[in-house]
This record gives sequence, structure tokens and C-alpha cells, in this order.
Amino acid sequence: MASTFHHILLSGACVAAMFATPVMANKADDTLNVAFALEPEPLDTYKIAGREGLILARHVYDGLIYKDMDTGTFKGLLAESWTQPDPLTMEFKLRQDVTFHNGAHFGADDVVNTLNTVIKPDYGTRYSISVDWIREVEKVDDYTVRIHMAKPFAGAMEMLAGSLPIYPHDYFTEVGSAGMARAPVGTGPYKLVEQEPGVRYVLERFDGIYPESPKAGATIQKIVVRTMPELNTQYAELMSGKLDWMWRIPPDQADRLQGRVQVISAPIMRISFINLAPVAASGDTPLADKRVRQAIGYAINRDAITKAFAGGASETLKAFCNPAQFGCTDDVAQYAYDPEKATALLAEAGYKDGLGLPMTFAAMPRPVAEAISADLAKVGIKTQLDELQYAAGVTKWRDRQAPAFFSNWGSYGVGDVAFLLSNFFGGGADDLVQDPELVDWLKTGDTSTDPAERKEVYAKALKKIADEAYIVPMYSFNVNYGLSQDLTFQPYPDEFARFWQSSWK
Amino acid sequence: MFIYLAKRLVVAFCVCIAVSLLSFGLMFLVGDPAVAIAGSGGSAQDAEAIRHAYGFDRPFMVQYFDWVGRVLQGNFGQSIYFNMPVTEIIGARLPVTLLLGVMSFVVALVVAVPLGIAAAIRPNGIIDRLALLLAVSGQAIPSFWLGLMAIVVFGVWYGLVPTSGADTWQGYILPVIVLAYSAMPAMMRITRSGMIDVLGTDYIRTAYAKGLPTWQVIGEHALRNAILPLVSLAAVQLGVLLSGSIVIESVFALNGLGRLAWESLLRADLPVVQAIILILSLVYVMLTTLGDLVNAWLDPRIRGAR
Repeated sequence: MASTFHHILLSGACVAAMFATPVMANKADDTLNVAFALEPEPLDTYKIAGREGLILARHVYDGLIYKDMDTGTFKGLLAESWTQPDPLTMEFKLRQDVTFHNGAHFGADDVVNTLNTVIKPDYGTRYSISVDWIREVEKVDDYTVRIHMAKPFAGAMEMLAGSLPIYPHDYFTEVGSAGMARAPVGTGPYKLVEQEPGVRYVLERFDGIYPESPKAGATIQKIVVRTMPELNTQYAELMSGKLDWMWRIPPDQADRLQGRVQVISAPIMRISFINLAPVAASGDTPLADKRVRQAIGYAINRDAITKAFAGGASETLKAFCNPAQFGCTDDVAQYAYDPEKATALLAEAGYKDGLGLPMTFAAMPRPVAEAISADLAKVGIKTQLDELQYAAGVTKWRDRQAPAFFSNWGSYGVGDVAFLLSNFFGGGADDLVQDPELVDWLKTGDTSTDPAERKEVYAKALKKIADEAYIVPMYSFNVNYGLSQDLTFQPYPDEFARFWQSSWK
Repeated sequence: MFIYLAKRLVVAFCVCIAVSLLSFGLMFLVGDPAVAIAGSGGSAQDAEAIRHAYGFDRPFMVQYFDWVGRVLQGNFGQSIYFNMPVTEIIGARLPVTLLLGVMSFVVALVVAVPLGIAAAIRPNGIIDRLALLLAVSGQAIPSFWLGLMAIVVFGVWYGLVPTSGADTWQGYILPVIVLAYSAMPAMMRITRSGMIDVLGTDYIRTAYAKGLPTWQVIGEHALRNAILPLVSLAAVQLGVLLSGSIVIESVFALNGLGRLAWESLLRADLPVVQAIILILSLVYVMLTTLGDLVNAWLDPRIRGAR
């Protein structure tokens, strides 16, 4: 539906809300009513790509460790402590007082069974990056396990914290992935008591949680999650008190809701950027010339675009990374808005009379692409905009048929540049540059366990990416949350809502 | 009549084959389904694994016949997104759409036909003008706007009905009215114009001249002839309503077939999309064939002409 209509509708809904008598039933019956616009996937974490399903799954399941986003440190979750006897081995001491929602007692067998099952290619784990670093998991005793790694992997701890939940082995062996999704059993702070897949989920606080869990201490008794595709319907329910939590409110509408409900804006890991391909399937491309790529960087008024279209907590990026990520640095070549310099660079490269450039964009709003296109037109670069679904766009990019590809990347919500840089410059299918130096540095960064060394190589890589202008970094994303006035909620940049931390005011 | 019926059924069958082939092929034209399933964070490696796991790397016709073979055995496969049998997912969503579609159709028909007749009896009279106003606004007002306004007024302001969802029967009140309101104008206008045409014919004048009462002239002589185009239109309208209104289902957060089709399309859940398209095209074909047969039964000239 056209977003222009949303303005009219939202104003209507706001007017309506002013006359409405507030109904605050949710605090009273201790039920948190949550709405998602997208349908959550089946609740087997290993097969979920969307945030909605992952958020629910993190309430039900626990992994071995937990990342405390406030301090940036790792804490034990199902594991009490861990050591790394050698670079390819991790040993975990497990907690002994943990029970699953179905009453089963937690132990080493659960860890070994779960992880050894999901690393097999035929299990169909959605993101190979999350498990392909594990070669085998070994049981040392009832409460000790060893993970033997297939390769050194700097993101191992990040993956263990959240992406690799442990399932009860008897139950998991019996029902498999589909059964797990149908009736999830975990050790997390909430248990799933009712679900209509993709439509409605009811979670109830699990009072048998182990007290040492960093996720313990939930106060809200019940969470009801519903899929409501239409944001306007969500606004109406939020303002009439039938809903307590919604997210991903567009910036213009967040402004209008402000004051009527609680609206908070929080920065997230996802960033937008324009990929510039120095090679093309058709042979010659003007983007093979570094000066043309640099000219594009100077020609775009990124600050103005960020302010106008992203708003909230978004920031213009100074390098190809999110400042919230480990390894990110802004000590790289900067391309401040300078159309004259852009024109001069183009003239120097032999494009005095301008040039034509097809620009593909996916999963980005059209107005932003048009603003970029207008800026480029001012220095003589005529873009032909081509809007595609993400799948079609990225395929075109991989086939070298999209010289400029404007899109975004969420780094799986992980605060580490490894999950961003290596995808685009690590030598894989998305890497059209194939710069051996970059590939080499990033390999070091992704496998080293020495933070100082990692920082150093990532800084070198980011510097080179900026010098060569392989990418025009645009802005970091933010998410606007709409909350009931009674609710306290702390958002985090990884876009995982932690309702076990929420409470009523 | 039998030959006519056989001809219609052969045509219907051909349409179904064509639709299934087209729907199967279109999904592959939009983009690589494996990349779409891998999602916006998926690497090329993930897409490759998916391509292989779901057999997208086989020739197109092999995939098609494999699918047709399974469908003929009543097996629509597993949903890629939900990891559940497609029949189970559709089975859960179908009742919502059926209920919404049939109720809206009945409401629309019950309002449209009497109003159309009343408007035709006195063209340009007060009832005709009011009916026209109703029809024009019904066609002009976008149903999502009307739906949201209805939510705001009846759900939020007065709290008379639930604002969304289909947990109780009250949840259907607003969506049914809004959907019926958008389906009603065409049926009403076609009833009216059909009646006006028929009422001007010689046999109606003759019927009046014989001294028959008005209700008998209208109900028995005029309506049967005037209703022919309405039957064809109503068959199509019912098809539209049953195929699920994506807009209405979205606005009222009803989880029916229309929304399932739309969402499945976006996430490249091929087995679900293909099953829905096939089922809906069968429903359409059945309804239009049924409409043709009813018309043939009402009007012997149609039977003879073909």
C-alpha cells in the first residue's frame, strides 16, 4: 500500500485515539501483548532467518553462553565456565542444576547431541557460517564437553551466544526439527504454551529457571505475540491499549505517534551502502577507474540523505562498518559532499561529458535511491534505477550485471566486522573485487584469537576499501519501537527484544 | 445439454493445465528461489546448499512433472518456510477465507439484488439515486481505508467490535461488511441495468396488459431474464472473494489464504504458492463453469447456440 496513504490513516488514527478512553488491561492481567508484522518461522533456531522467529526462540531456548550487551562481555549461560586448551579446542563446564521445560535434566548429552546433529549438512541449518566451524563435539563427562573446531574462527563465541541453542536430547532425537518447531522445549525464561504457527504464540514465564542464568528474573507472567501485517492496525491497537509492543515504525510516523504512546528509537547493526563493481560481465565498465568510484563518493550528499530519510538514531557512516561493531574504525579516507571535486575527478578520468550508470537497489526505500540518483545527476552521472527484490538484486550483483548495487546488510545482528567485511571482500561469491591482499587480511582477522591483531588487520582492510572507494557507505539503520506507557523496555543494537528484562512501570 | 457440459469441462481442464504450468514457471522468472529462501543475510554458499536440497538445480520440466505427479496423489509437498505439509497450512487458513468470502458474498447479494430491482422500477427516483450514491462510494472508497476507519470508529472509539483477529465471531463483522461493500456495487448496477432493459421489452408490457400483478411480472418474468449477466458476474465475484482479499485480511489481521499467498510469494515458498494458485484457479474454473451451466439452464438459447 502506498505510504502516502499511511499519513492520512495515521492522522485519522491519532485523532481517534484522542477521543478514545484508554483501556489499560494488559498491565492489570500481567500479559504483554506483542505484534509482529511478519510471520515468525517455525521455532527451530537453526532453520530461522527472520528476527521475529529468532526473538521468540531466544525466550524459549538457551545456548552455552550469553553476551551481555551492556558490558560487551560473555557470561556463562548453560555453561558455567570455559577454557581454550589449544586454538582448535574449546572446553565447557556445564551447570548441574538446569532442567528443561519438560522436566528433563540438562547435561553433556544434550549439548553433544544437539550440536553434532545440526552441523551435519543434511540437517539443513540455515546459515552455514553459524556451524561450519565445528568439526565435532565430544562428551568428557556428564557435565563437561569439548568442541573440536574445523578451523580457527574468531566469531565462535558470538555464535555460541545466541545462535546455537541446546535442545533436550531424548526429545530432539524423537521428534526432530519439525517436532521441535511444533512443540519447542528449552531451558529459557519463557516456555511456549500455545501456538498457531505464523499467527499467534503464547509464552508463559518458566519459574523453574536456574537462578544463575543471566536471563533469569523475568517479571511479566505471560506474553502473547500476534502477527498483524498492517502497521496502521497496530497503531490503532497500541493507542487503544490492546497492544503493548510493536516495532519497525517508519520515521515519519514515529514522530506522529510520539507523545501518544512511548516511542523509542535505537540504532542497530544493519547498515546501507552502495557496492561498486570494478568488473562487469559485459567487459568494460567506467567503475574500473578508481577516480570514477571516488567521484561517486564525493557526489552524494550523504548527511542530508541520512537526516531526511533515516532520522532517529541513524548516523552517516564514515567507513564500511557500523561503529558499534568490533574492529570498526573511522580512521580511513573520507568522502565529504563535494560535487566540484567529483566533477573534476570525472573529467580527469575522461568523463567530462558525464556517463551513464545502471544502479540496482533492493530492500531500500525508493525515495533514498532517487535522492542518490539526483545527486549523481548533478555531477553528470545519469543513473538508470532498477528496483528488485533482494534475491533478484543480489543474484544480478553476483553475476556482475549490477555495476552499482544499493542495499543493506545486518551482519546477523553481531557486533563484529568479521560478519560484514568477509562477506563482501573475503573472496566469496559476493566479492567482485577479489583483492588478494584484502582476502588475506580478512582471513587473518576472522581466524585470529588475538583482539589486537584482529583490530589491526581490519583497520588495514577498511582503509584500503575506503582508499579504493569500492563501496559508498551510507548510513546505519535504527528501529523505532512503539510501547505502552506502562512498559519498560530496553532495546539493543542486535535487534533482539529481550522481554525477560521488561517490566511494568 | 450434455454436449454443452462436456465442452465446458474440457475447456476448464485445459485452463487448469495452462494455469499450473504458468504459475510454476512464473516463480522461477522472478528470481532465483534459492537466493530468496536464503534471505537477505544468506551467503552464496547458503543459497547453493538450498538449491541442491530442494532440487532447484534440476531441469525445469523435470521439476514440473515431479510436482504434478505428487499433486495428483494429493501431496502438495512441504512448505519451505514452515517446514510443515502444505495441506496442513492451507487447511488452517482456508476456513477463515471461506467464511469471510461466503459471508461477504451473501451480504453483498442480499443487498445488491433487491436494491438493483428497486432502482430499476423507478429509474432516477429517490431509491435509484440513493443506490447510485451507495454504489459509487462503494467502488471509489479504497477498502483498506474504509477498513481502518471502521476499526477506529467501531473498534477504538466505541469498542463495539474487536479491532482485529478472528478469535470470535464478532471479529468477522467489520471485515465482512467492508468486503461486501466493495463487492456489492457491480452486482447492484448490473441487476439494475438488466432490469431496466427487460422492463422495456414487449413481453413485459404484454404481461402487464394481461393484468398480472406487479410482483409477478417483476419476480417471474423480468427477473429470470435480467439475472443472466448477474449470474456470470456473481460467479466471478465469489471467486474473487474466496481467493481471499489480501487487503482486508491484512488490515483486520485475519490469517487467511490471501495473505498466506502474498507472504509466501515474498519469501519464495514455492510449494505453498503453487498449491494456492492451483486451488484458486480450480475454484475459479469451477465457479465460471457453474455460472455458465446456470445460465444455460435459465436460458435455453445459450444451450442451442454452442
